[in-house]
Amino acid sequence: MEEINALFHGFSVALTPFNLLLMFVGVTLGVLIGVLPGLGGANGIAILLPLTFSMEPTSAVIMLSCIYWGALFGGAITSILFNIPGEPWSVATTFDGYPMAQQGHAGEALTTAFTSSFVGAFFAVIMITFLAPLVAKFALQFGPPEFFAVFFLTFCSFIGMGKEPPFKIIAAMMLGFALAAVGIDTVTGQLRLIFGWHELMRGFDFLIAVIGLFGIGEILLSMEEGLSFSGRTAKIDPKIVLATWKKLPKYWVTSLRSCVIGCWMGITPGGATPASFMSYGIAKRMSPDGQKFGSGVQEGVVAPETAAHAAGTAALLPMISLGIPGSPTAAVLLGGLLIWGLQPGPLLFVEQKDFVWGLIASMYLGNIAGLIIVLTCVPLFAAILRVPFSIIAPVIIVICAVGAYTVHNAMLDIWFMLLFGVAGYAFKKLAYPLAPLVLALVLGDQAESAFRQAMLISQGDVRIFFSNGLVGSIMGLGLLMLFWPLLVKALAKLKEKAA
Amino acid sequence: MSEKQVSDGAAGAGISVKAMEIVVALILLVIGSMVVYDSARLGYRWVGDGPEAGYFPFYIGMFICISSVVTLGQAVFGKKKTGIFVEWAQLKLVASVLLPAGLFVLGIQMIGIYVAAAAYIAVFMIWLGKYNWIKGVLLGLAVSGSMFMMFEVWFKVPLFKGEFNPLGFLGY
Repeated sequence: MEEINALFHGFSVALTPFNLLLMFVGVTLGVLIGVLPGLGGANGIAILLPLTFSMEPTSAVIMLSCIYWGALFGGAITSILFNIPGEPWSVATTFDGYPMAQQGHAGEALTTAFTSSFVGAFFAVIMITFLAPLVAKFALQFGPPEFFAVFFLTFCSFIGMGKEPPFKIIAAMMLGFALAAVGIDTVTGQLRLIFGWHELMRGFDFLIAVIGLFGIGEILLSMEEGLSFSGRTAKIDPKIVLATWKKLPKYWVTSLRSCVIGCWMGITPGGATPASFMSYGIAKRMSPDGQKFGSGVQEGVVAPETAAHAAGTAALLPMISLGIPGSPTAAVLLGGLLIWGLQPGPLLFVEQKDFVWGLIASMYLGNIAGLIIVLTCVPLFAAILRVPFSIIAPVIIVICAVGAYTVHNAMLDIWFMLLFGVAGYAFKKLAYPLAPLVLALVLGDQAESAFRQAMLISQGDVRIFFSNGLVGSIMGLGLLMLFWPLLVKALAKLKEKAA
Repeated sequence: MSEKQVSDGAAGAGISVKAMEIVVALILLVIGSMVVYDSARLGYRWVGDGPEAGYFPFYIGMFICISSVVTLGQAVFGKKKTGIFVEWAQLKLVASVLLPAGLFVLGIQMIGIYVAAAAYIAVFMIWLGKYNWIKGVLLGLAVSGSMFMMFEVWFKVPLFKGEFNPLGFLGY
């Protein structure tokens, strides 16, 4: 029960009045970010990151992770009231959430969504509490080949699990790696891929990419769809909340299943979006009311929301225990840790106990704060969506530009942000996934140095990646993930032949 | 975009998905080749003391090239009927955000973030949002002013004031 003790110590770190204040500020900002088009968890945190540089790391990460929880909650508001998914993982929530709102059950749908989100996140946090220290302890034995194998597994699961065409996933991912390689080579000190342009020496910061790809790209996309938002109004009063809560327990099976799907998809970086779709699909197949899905049933809101939040939260597990983020937002948080001088990874649990357990404790508290805020402030957030786009769009672009500038105090970065924005727009429309691009950009240098160190150990022999049971099985799992779609197809063919 | 293809679908004319797929794949192919070229210049082989600087990016560049060639092939020879990437009317809307945003960034370079932001928000509201100019100017100044307070005064994070620095008289 070492973890419980550590957790309570974490609560004592997180529960200062200042940190509590930051939690509420963070969640409110997060919901705001989740509701506004063009600002999401990843780029919202990227933009606010510089403001936390002067804070103490624990307080800073508490605020930033609370922004993340807020953004996760916020996505549901727009999906249910406006049929506009504020975040990609709330697309599946629109299927039943919006019909419910149309039938006048907006309050019920929102309460269901928020409560399910909370349950999913809570489940994942409990899992993190007990699993993260174990994973970290285990990972202390890792050498360069093992770390490279974990990177390999991470990126293979993107290709195998992604919905996009595999070659586009590879192209996007490799583009991320290439951008990461720009600048000074950490091993030899040589300048790479700058083509004589010395301002590129700094390399491409992934925060700029995140702000451009997700922020500007999103604004361009929403512009295309015209400017009018027409939404339902919602009132949530304690009566509706209690009535909804009474109905929810009967969906416990769906809820539990969605939690498990979410956690699994979050740890292996499938991410929240596929988790929500998968959970919705399975719930539809398994539920006795399966045919009614899509016409506004509560269970159809429970499934995707629970899974999305479980996944979004579980994505932090590999981030804190291995230093490998499971989602773009986790990657931004990781970037923050690096800036505050903390090296995420297995040693964090040994060297920075206060920080890690403070963060984990804040996950519990942040989600409770989040639930309270969204249940009480929905009308306020919905009102923000009624601010015309011709005001919101320029303000958001200004915020993005400021965010891009503050990363390195470099004017050139604002231009790059714009360029990434156009690329993000085109990529999104052509089904090039953005998440692997961003993660490759974040992890590129680490993956490369793990690879090179491993190769140095073995003197250039690739067989080192299969030299012992541990590294071999991680690599094997990676290959399995990579060829998973082909295997599934082959199996289906075999079955057809047999039948 | 030099090779715009116009197709007349039922949903209105625009740039076809096929054309856009080809353009993006070609751009990626160029980027991939640049990566391969520069990695080859740095050396991508295994030398006495380990891998050279271009060892890793060389293969990355190769992967970009291969995958973009496959995507290019699928776009050119694919039988699947593709739709419209963006209709002209939509493209006009997108451009109406993108071009001012470009001017805004140019403005930042010249006159700094605060002045450019105030002007950008005001012009955007008046021109695209059809607000009367008093509202636009007031909101632009309000946003810019609160940003100034937040960054320069409270958080002490100086932002870019532009090459001509019109706010130099404030002393920040």
